[in-house]
Amino acid sequence: MLKYTLKRILQAIPLLIIISILTYLIINLAPGDPTAFFINPEKASRLGPDYVANIKHHLGLDQPLHIRYFKWLGNVLRGDFGESFFEQRSVMSILWEALPNTIILSLVAELIALIVAIPAGIICALKRNSIWDYIFSTISFIGMSLPTFWFGLMLILVFSLKLGWLPTAGMRDNFDAFVFTDRLRHIILPAIVLGMGGMAANMRYMRGAMLEVIRQDYIRTARSKGLSEKVVIVKHALRNALIPIVTMFGFSIPALFSGAAITETIFAWPGVGRIAIEAVFSNDYPLVMGNFMIIAVMTVVGSLVADLLYAVVDPRIKYE
Amino acid sequence: MEKLLDIRNLRTYFYTEDGVVPAVDGVSFYIKPGETLGVVGESGCGKSVTSISTLRLVPNPPGKIMEGSEIIFEGTDLLKLSEAEMRKIRGNKISMIFQEPMTSLNPVFRIGDQIAEVLLLHQGLNKAEAREKAIEMLKLVGIPRPEKVVDDYPHSLSGGMRQRVMIAMALACNPRLLIADEPTTALDVTVQAQILDLMNDLKKKVNAAVMLITHNLGVVAESCDRVVVMYAGKVVEEGDVYSIFEDPKHPYTVGLLKSMPSAVGGQDKLDSIPGVVPNPLNLPKGCRFAPRCNKAMDICREKQPGLTVLGEERTVRCFLYNREDGVK
Ligand SMILES: Nc1ncnc2c1ncn2[C@@H]1O[C@H](COP(=O)(O)OP(=O)(O)OP(=O)(O)O)[C@@H](O)[C@H]1O
Ligand SMILES: [Mg+2]
Repeated sequence: MLKYTLKRILQAIPLLIIISILTYLIINLAPGDPTAFFINPEKASRLGPDYVANIKHHLGLDQPLHIRYFKWLGNVLRGDFGESFFEQRSVMSILWEALPNTIILSLVAELIALIVAIPAGIICALKRNSIWDYIFSTISFIGMSLPTFWFGLMLILVFSLKLGWLPTAGMRDNFDAFVFTDRLRHIILPAIVLGMGGMAANMRYMRGAMLEVIRQDYIRTARSKGLSEKVVIVKHALRNALIPIVTMFGFSIPALFSGAAITETIFAWPGVGRIAIEAVFSNDYPLVMGNFMIIAVMTVVGSLVADLLYAVVDPRIKYE
Repeated sequence: MEKLLDIRNLRTYFYTEDGVVPAVDGVSFYIKPGETLGVVGESGCGKSVTSISTLRLVPNPPGKIMEGSEIIFEGTDLLKLSEAEMRKIRGNKISMIFQEPMTSLNPVFRIGDQIAEVLLLHQGLNKAEAREKAIEMLKLVGIPRPEKVVDDYPHSLSGGMRQRVMIAMALACNPRLLIADEPTTALDVTVQAQILDLMNDLKKKVNAAVMLITHNLGVVAESCDRVVVMYAGKVVEEGDVYSIFEDPKHPYTVGLLKSMPSAVGGQDKLDSIPGVVPNPLNLPKGCRFAPRCNKAMDICREKQPGLTVLGEERTVRCFLYNREDGVK
């Protein structure tokens, strides 16, 4: 298993390099010019093209694309993601500060998603075509098709503005100390918005997996042993039906991170997703690259975690 | 001798979208303590439904055991027990093994834990004792290196070995009755004989009765004391194994025996019964076998034949033996 893990990590390196090349190309070819922000029109007209060239040089944008890329790559291999164009700080320090916030938000979102999806999926499968099946299936269908920004704004409208129960934005009100209830109140709405898609998908997976499992021969065997229906379902059936869900968990990591971009922007949540969006709009190339590389690494790690979890929950799977 | 299991007028119907399927339609037979009863018949005649009805494991919906059926086990009607009381019987006094050893064990639990589960549930053993007993059972069913296999997962065993595990699990609580639904059908021919021998051996050791469901008459000849022949949800003939093979009465039984290789010595061509099993949604009005029967008379197409008692433990459902006793 250790050997397999190492092999997978080594295999991921070329993949990450290719992703970085593509990302670098796309953001540099995208319309917009970061130098525009730094150009003072009055100075530009007075000092002429030298002034603009100087700014370009200062940002390192005067060199050809491939040279810039290799410079960037060389620095990254030494652990240096460069400096943000606009915030006079290193990309690393910006991201390190924001990453835990995104991770916490994603975990809570996934937790909410699973806590709802697993029991609901089981109920749908066991009481197939019942009123509950229809209700949950409809919720799941809506959850999959709701646009995140609309859903987020609606929740803010109802629970923050109309009812005044929960804050509209941010991560905390109390900046001096960690107050659990303060944090909890802030995380509820963004976590629900971020978890909605995963909840809907997991509910469908759970329902399907459970339907598949309960008609297996070993479930009949379990009943013929005299086990109660509760043990048959919760032990024998659920343990098998959870296999695809656990595997899905690894794959949901990148989905959560990209979903976080919109959710964090709506709720002004200080995470890497919001930073990514801001960086893209302002053409802050180093920050965009750093951000996207985090997502790429998370994706690779996520699929590795998915594979490893698969072997943990299913004894039939062995990695050499 | 007193009866261990007495099934009386069992009717199990399935309410499907296309209509009502009378999978088991008024079946009666009994099993005496320690004996092996063979239940034979073509595919779809209701053998499996009869067996899962006995344990009250018919999936509901769509299945339902109808009013008026009785399944009397050791003097009590199982159909009158509560679900909790019924659970004390399953896996304990009546246990079951199935046709598909490859899929009948739960893939995510260790073999030993799956055997121990019944011991923890019914025998009140603690974990260590249950594990010991599980190893002992594995040894009993002839699994090599039981101390190791007890911690293995099912996928590492062959079909034959898995069926041995199923037998170990079924016999762990010393049941009075073992229901074996085609226990060897899915196995290689050589392994089939081993599993049958093992079952015959062990049932004597633990003194259990066996309901052996099969469509292989060779298996019946080898293992059974008495035989029940089923056709389209009904028992058509019943008798001790000797009379059934030597002197079959019902034309269906005669046909089954003829289609059996080497049973009727010296015959090189097999006669299979012409025609197909009737659609359970659209059964003939009279005898259900009449459309395929070479001895069918007018009355056979009009009325359903009743059961005729031919002798001690010997009955047949056919107008050839009693023309008056027709039931509408
Ligand atoms: N869950 C179910 N829903 C609807 N009909 C069913 C169901 N289970 C069984 N049946 C019907 O009951 C009838 C008897 O089936 P059963 O499985 O008892 O046959 P069998 O004698 O065991 O056949 P085989 O030799 O193929 O195992 C069949 O017509 C089948 O279609
Ligand atoms: Mg069957």
